[in-house]
Amino acid sequence: MRVRVGDYGVYAYTGSRLPDRTAPNIVFVHGSANDHSVFALQSRYFAYHGRNVYAVDLPGHGNSEGEPLRNVETLADWLIAFFNAAELKEVTLVGHSLGSLAVLEAAARHPERVSRLALLGTAVPMAVNDQLLAAAAANDHVAFELINGWSFSAKRLLGGNPWPGMWMTGQAMRLMERVRPNVLYADLVACREYTNGLRAAAGVWCSSLMLLGARDVMTPAKAARDLTATLRDVSVVTLDCGHSMMSEQPDAVLDALREFLR
Amino acid sequence: MAKPRTHQFDTLTLHAGAVPDPATGARATPIYQTTSFVFPDTDHAAALFNMERAGHIYSRISNPTCAVLEERIAALEDGVGAIATASGQAALHLAIVTLMGAGSHIVASRALYGGSHNLLAFTLPRFGITTTFVDPRNLDEWRSAIRPETRLLFGETLGNPGLDVLDIPRVAALAHDHRLPLLVDSTFTTPWLVRPFDHGADLVFHSATKFLSGHGVLIGGLLVDSGRFAWDAADARGKFATLTEPYPGFHEMVFVEESTTAAFLLRARREGIRDFGACMAPFTAFQLLQGIETLPLRMAKHVDNTRKIVAFLREHPLVGAIGYPELPEHPDHALAQKLLPRGSGAVFSFDLKGTREQGRRFIESLKLFSHLANVGDAKSLVIHPASTTHFRMSAEDLRKAGITEGTIRLSVGLEDPEDLKEDLSRALHAAGKA
Repeated sequence: MRVRVGDYGVYAYTGSRLPDRTAPNIVFVHGSANDHSVFALQSRYFAYHGRNVYAVDLPGHGNSEGEPLRNVETLADWLIAFFNAAELKEVTLVGHSLGSLAVLEAAARHPERVSRLALLGTAVPMAVNDQLLAAAAANDHVAFELINGWSFSAKRLLGGNPWPGMWMTGQAMRLMERVRPNVLYADLVACREYTNGLRAAAGVWCSSLMLLGARDVMTPAKAARDLTATLRDVSVVTLDCGHSMMSEQPDAVLDALREFLR
Repeated sequence: MAKPRTHQFDTLTLHAGAVPDPATGARATPIYQTTSFVFPDTDHAAALFNMERAGHIYSRISNPTCAVLEERIAALEDGVGAIATASGQAALHLAIVTLMGAGSHIVASRALYGGSHNLLAFTLPRFGITTTFVDPRNLDEWRSAIRPETRLLFGETLGNPGLDVLDIPRVAALAHDHRLPLLVDSTFTTPWLVRPFDHGADLVFHSATKFLSGHGVLIGGLLVDSGRFAWDAADARGKFATLTEPYPGFHEMVFVEESTTAAFLLRARREGIRDFGACMAPFTAFQLLQGIETLPLRMAKHVDNTRKIVAFLREHPLVGAIGYPELPEHPDHALAQKLLPRGSGAVFSFDLKGTREQGRRFIESLKLFSHLANVGDAKSLVIHPASTTHFRMSAEDLRKAGITEGTIRLSVGLEDPEDLKEDLSRALHAAGKA
């Protein structure tokens, strides 16, 4: 589906389904230099199991127009603007990586709009490697290579994709290569400069799920401890995977979300 | 200084896509010789059918052994994924029918494998898909053949049998200027010699029967997607409706929405393999995996042997023109140096001076070179294209494809090169006396 948020068109994947206004809504928010398709399996499942799904492309990403937003607070406000444009009164928010920070901040700013919160591959603060940031600033392909190398657990760098026939690091690379120059840099700066994470967590009133990768070196599980301690009603699930958990462990991610939303 | 964590080509030939079998710890990829896979429960089954969960349903659609092979070739080609098919011809057919239907048009190199030429020139027109054949070296011919209904450009990395080197960067750029994808048959080269995606191609297929398998024991194909082509780009909208419009055959799925990078493969598997059914058998995939494990070693030896055979033939008085791009007189020599720095493969043709009877005597006198219709075997092979692989082509088409009555095609194997030279020398001597 497409809606307009401000001056720009926004795309959200809905599983090719029309919304049922009586069904609960779930909004998926991707991470840096990604788009809605990173949630392909999980979002499709919920679209066919009683929920209205909106896997958004953030501004400047995928099929959404505009420029990437330069900080997490702006992303959170943009999400609320998207809810308004799509006429979503209350939503479950699922965010990965940068998307997890955006949904955390949105849940804190507008608790009345968020019924559940799922943070995947998250950390507060979300450190960004200096070399990675420099490569992204220079629009150097090395930035994508570093991300790919760090986003998958060591054994998954050699494949073994549960999704038959797909080479997951190749897919991840192509997805990043599609973003326009400076988008990755903007996303990484937003991650690195976000300092309100624990204050936001303290302002979250709904139930939360934290889904962490035991082998995640982009957002190591231990970097989420303070967040875990701050959120009021939180359950933590740790999976045997790296940062790209939706690719590495698609079913485990789905099962954790199903259990959380049961 | 952090370095990207990646694996090199030789490592990928052994490991990509494979993990020790979770059930038994088997190091080699098991042959999952099963038609179907048990569903844990009805919800799981429904989720598999509707692409909500990852996994296997029925081995025509996907199979764990085939999936390892698919990942491996995708890794070696630097693609996003692949589909294993029953043959190289099935891979070519799958690529075409995934992208287009009746009323569509293809622009293809004239220097094609005879089977590919048959499909494009004679069979597909019955289904409303037509092809214009062009001189692969003439970019103006490629350009002027493109029509509004064109959906694909297609050529071979090394044309059959004259070894015309496809100028992938230039043909790809032309294709992209017209918002069209370039499909490349990389059978003769394998990713060890060239990765067409590195030079701009969008789709690659292999007759895996040949060098990837390497031992002449199976029939198989592989279709690989680079994941780079933007099927839904604004200026291409409407051209690739199979990927950009709702598909009634799968819950109105819009493939480009479902997968940003692999829409083509999704449709190919969810429609082409499902409905046409030209899938690969798991035992074939297992054998192919064994072959690919030694691909770098074999290709290096194939190329080394070929260079020695070419040098030998070049000095022989009964041998006319030799079509091998590493020779300075080959019209694509400079291009081959650029695109194929590791070598120009192990299949080439030469013209035997003399009569048709002398050609017959030459082939029948060979002892190590086997006279058969295949290339890319560990054993050396020979054939007379005009009377076999390309026998359906008219004299004019043969001439345009660079084939004469005296053209002999060799596929140089892994034997000791001195033995191969002696075999050729003896056969040439016999031909000379005929």
